[in-house]
Amino acid sequence: MRDLYARFGGGLATIFLSLVLIWLAAMVLAPNLMMIDYALRPNLPPAQIGTKADAWSLDNFLYLANEGVHRAIFFKTIWASALVAAVTLVVCYPIAFWMAQRATPGQLSVALMLVIIPFFINEVLRTLAWFILLAYRGPLNAALQGIGLIDAPIRWQGDGGVLAGMVYAYILFMLLPIYNAIESLDRSQLEAARDLGSPTWRTHWRVVIPHAKAGIATGCVFTFMLAAGSYVAPALLGSPGSRWFTEIIYNWFFEGGDWNRGAAYALTLLVLCLAVVLVTLRIARVNLTDVAK
Amino acid sequence: MTADRIFRGLFVLYLLAFVAYLFAPLLIMGIAAFNESRFPTVIPWQGTTLDWFSAMWADAAMWKALLTSAIVAVLVVVVALPVGTAAALVLTTLHSRARSMAYAVMVSPLLTPGVVIGISTLILWRQVGVGGGIALIVVAQTTFIICYVMLMVMARLQRFDRTQEEAALGLGASRVMVFRRVLLPFLRPALLASGGLAILQSVENYNTTLFVRGFETPLTVFIATKVRTGLTPAVNALALVIIAATIIGAIAYEIARRRQVTARPRP
Repeated sequence: MRDLYARFGGGLATIFLSLVLIWLAAMVLAPNLMMIDYALRPNLPPAQIGTKADAWSLDNFLYLANEGVHRAIFFKTIWASALVAAVTLVVCYPIAFWMAQRATPGQLSVALMLVIIPFFINEVLRTLAWFILLAYRGPLNAALQGIGLIDAPIRWQGDGGVLAGMVYAYILFMLLPIYNAIESLDRSQLEAARDLGSPTWRTHWRVVIPHAKAGIATGCVFTFMLAAGSYVAPALLGSPGSRWFTEIIYNWFFEGGDWNRGAAYALTLLVLCLAVVLVTLRIARVNLTDVAK
Repeated sequence: MTADRIFRGLFVLYLLAFVAYLFAPLLIMGIAAFNESRFPTVIPWQGTTLDWFSAMWADAAMWKALLTSAIVAVLVVVVALPVGTAAALVLTTLHSRARSMAYAVMVSPLLTPGVVIGISTLILWRQVGVGGGIALIVVAQTTFIICYVMLMVMARLQRFDRTQEEAALGLGASRVMVFRRVLLPFLRPALLASGGLAILQSVENYNTTLFVRGFETPLTVFIATKVRTGLTPAVNALALVIIAATIIGAIAYEIARRRQVTARPRP
């Protein structure tokens, strides 16, 4: 603090500090505290607010725990998000390795451009693209029927569609951290492993993956979090049978009209996401400072 | 040796499949904008037309959505750039222990699901009687866009040589002058880049905006609603225009960046 004033002088330092404090207090802390308060109170008509009935309780959370359908959707969202992260990892790892260790500088700059271009494009538009591709009478079904792989069109909308759309949407968040991590691996280590007779898979398992652990953890954490908090992909690519937890939250706010219960649901999602992030980073021994780059 | 060659061949196939995975959906979406069919698709091809572009152009609701998104994006940049820069300066000046604590709080919006940011903002401001609308969209979006600005400015600050500041002070410049004439010019590329990123993040945001939009319809909400209520290739035409604009913008940014790198620093 003293350093800040010493460096910028009283006026500027005060401006900087107050801007940051307003941001943290009014936009980061206060909304979350208010959300916790909301989540703990019952949903009451205006006349009863402030009366005895308006007391803190865990009722909204217990409702989620006891409501079978919502609970099932909650757990499904968790494991489906983990699945999205796992699939994205499997899809991206070979590409990241190739870009970091095998590609020539020319190939690398083309590859980087190719993976980055789709991600400059709006998530809603990317999801729309998948919506069109996967439509019942759409191009994918027509192509598969054309080459004789399937006899009748498949209804892709649902779990499969959501998975495809989400993996697509979050590729870059997985690819870049892993690429960065593998890039710093000294190629002579790979050569040493090969000269000592290690088969390719073991070189990856014992040399590359441990080295890239931080990048892999970062990619997985971000993908999981983005998937669990996503609304577009399940709303556009899902079916009634593949509802996402965020859709339930949305319904409490704008259809069920019970903001308190919605807040409790949102808080549950937040706590879960933070827990997954922190535990994964702890397991992979990654510092939070290295994550956000 | 042959096993190696097979492996290599398989990998090339995988690379091609990956590129197809990345671009096929976008290509199909773009091409469908030229098909006469009422539902956007490429099969069957019912004739080539530009009608969907004029339909899109004539859609007043689309223009209103675009205007809403533009207003929001400008306001987000106006708020996020100063605050993000201030956060980066405060953070880099802090001492190590306070720093990692402050850092965790300051990047926490990036680790918060977008829907939760929208919800908590909505709840807080209802207490003081402010409902969803442009103001709340700006507040909710800047909450996390500030983090991006902060990170980009911090990355640039790491390469800043503090002796420049001391030299300017030694030559009699005031602290405000040093900030304006030494530090800000040095940060300019990072500020431009994060301004661009902030606009992009703001315009493309859906998860957070959805909860705080009130009766406003920004572009992403407009498109998502169209998909559910009556998708015609006019939406594809809009998508194609947006994609073209973003790619041109990205290329222009890249060219500008390369020039910046190759250009010699001004004396």
